Amino acid sequence: MNVRAASTFFYRRPNWYLCLLLVPPLLWFGTVYLGSLFALLAQSFYRIDDFTAQIVREPTLATYQQLVTQPANVDIVLRTLTMAIAVTLACAIIALPIATYMARYARGRMKAFFYVGVMLPMWTSYLVKVYAWRLLLAKEGIIAWATDKLGLTGLLEVVLAAPGVGGPSLSSSYIGMFIVFVYMWLPFMILPMAAALERVPGTLLQASADLGARPSQTFRNVVLPLAVPGIAAGSVFTFSLTLGDYIIPSVVGAPGYFIGMMVYVQQGTAGNIPLAAAFSVVPIILIFAYLGIAKRFGAFDAL
Amino acid sequence: MTAAIEFRGVSRLFGDLRAVDDVSFAIEPGEFFAMLGPSGSGKTSCLRLVAGFDAPDRGQVLLEGADVSAVPPYDRNVNTVFQDYALFPHMTVLENVAYGPRVRGVDAATRAQRAREMLDLVQLGAQGERRPAQLSGGQRQRVALARALINHPKVLLLDEPLGALDLKLREEMQIELKGLQRRLGITFVYVTHDQGEALSMADRVAVFNKGKIEQLAAPRELYTRPDTAFVARFVGGANVAEGALARAISGSEQPFAIRAENVAVQSESTPLANEAVTAPGSVVAVQYHGAASRWQVKLDAGEVWSALITEDDSRALNGIAVGARVRLSWPREAAVMLKS
Repeated sequence: MNVRAASTFFYRRPNWYLCLLLVPPLLWFGTVYLGSLFALLAQSFYRIDDFTAQIVREPTLATYQQLVTQPANVDIVLRTLTMAIAVTLACAIIALPIATYMARYARGRMKAFFYVGVMLPMWTSYLVKVYAWRLLLAKEGIIAWATDKLGLTGLLEVVLAAPGVGGPSLSSSYIGMFIVFVYMWLPFMILPMAAALERVPGTLLQASADLGARPSQTFRNVVLPLAVPGIAAGSVFTFSLTLGDYIIPSVVGAPGYFIGMMVYVQQGTAGNIPLAAAFSVVPIILIFAYLGIAKRFGAFDAL
Repeated sequence: MTAAIEFRGVSRLFGDLRAVDDVSFAIEPGEFFAMLGPSGSGKTSCLRLVAGFDAPDRGQVLLEGADVSAVPPYDRNVNTVFQDYALFPHMTVLENVAYGPRVRGVDAATRAQRAREMLDLVQLGAQGERRPAQLSGGQRQRVALARALINHPKVLLLDEPLGALDLKLREEMQIELKGLQRRLGITFVYVTHDQGEALSMADRVAVFNKGKIEQLAAPRELYTRPDTAFVARFVGGANVAEGALARAISGSEQPFAIRAENVAVQSESTPLANEAVTAPGSVVAVQYHGAASRWQVKLDAGEVWSALITEDDSRALNGIAVGARVRLSWPREAAVMLKS
């Protein structure tokens, strides 16, 4: 069959064409992507035998029981969740003015500069950036040096003395870890937010002003509600990336474990695959809960 | 009486482009005023200057005698119906209409009551709980109108408000808008590129071309006594003779216009009537419109002119086909002299 005949064949049979188009990616998506995820989830319903250190392949909730009853494990989940919420909020607050400027005011070269500027850090190695931040935040690092030169060492000490989140230096405190998380995930918040704001027609803002709304009212009543789907999309990125990350908490910050580190440790050195799997189920549940709450507050109504 | 709106030597420049070029005019209170012109002629730029979305580079814009050139839109007693309606997609119809009172601090019960009254006024009382996306184009148009009128503006600006509607709906809305304007006694400023719309609705029409007003007059005067070749062509669809063509026909370079309905098509053998002016040419096309047919004739002197022939007169022309030699003829007094 020559090309023209094949083209005609598929043009006349759109469903066949659709099949041809979808079957390979669906096979990949179904087996490799979702299949392996379910295989992982299945592992969490096994348990490890404490004496033999062998995996017992019988369905049981013992691993989950271990997860929710051991205070150390609950602490890890709460610590990670708190960090994810804090990082998401900070990213949303920092991203909103930047995204607004990019979408509504910047034109031509300025706009290109901002988009490249936002994405540029993502073109660099993740590990390099994390280790660079450790040096920046270190006791002898440039930030400590700069605060010293500015005579603000006292202020830095006050910040680092904060109970729970402080520490001997920025690089070994939760504050430092928070800064690195925000830095890493900020582009994932700015880009969807800017995309959402770009889609708001300019005449809507004019109509709002025309009807008597001052700029702050227009922002609250028109811009923000229409940007919410973008903020929701961005926050899913920042929230889930923070929940799952294990490199930043192990390179920067206080020694407390995070979910990602537990998964890494349990499936590696400890060899407790069921517990690692159970830990990796936690972010999935948390993200579903997050989406449920966002939906309840009408975040997706404007979609 | 103080003018509702006055432009004094207003210019608005975009780089080298003079969107509005030293324009002066005044609109009386309660007037239905149309700004007519092709796209890019400056009519919408003028509207934006009245609404406050833009500020003049030179000159003054006055609302009720006060210079508002530096007053933001939210402090002007002027409301706008946008070409794309600009309804808020995340609000219900009722919330859209109640938006003006809401941002001005009117309490929830009062503004809902007023919004319902406005929706009744535009005959959409039952649609208050729907979203704009669930409405037809004509209904959205009415919501935009109700939303713009709820603040009781002194002036309502309408930016090609009927452009997106189909012909029948457009004609209905024209009658409705005109009736609404009479009842409310509000000054309407209506921007359109459709000369039929401007002529049928407005008390006065300003014809815009290249950032300037070519002529400002009542519709009938605009149609029967155009000042310039542009107005004669754009408003009346008239045949215009300028320069060499004018000399070939009348012997002088004084430009003149003849409306298509005043032109007759004759075969070359027809005897010449007294007091008639003629121009020879050949038929390019005949467009049948029902009550009348439009004959396009290429004059020997160069231009294509059109003649509007009623169905009765068309019968006499049976047998004259495209390509045939004909003569255009019109009474001498039908020619309207234009500014050169």
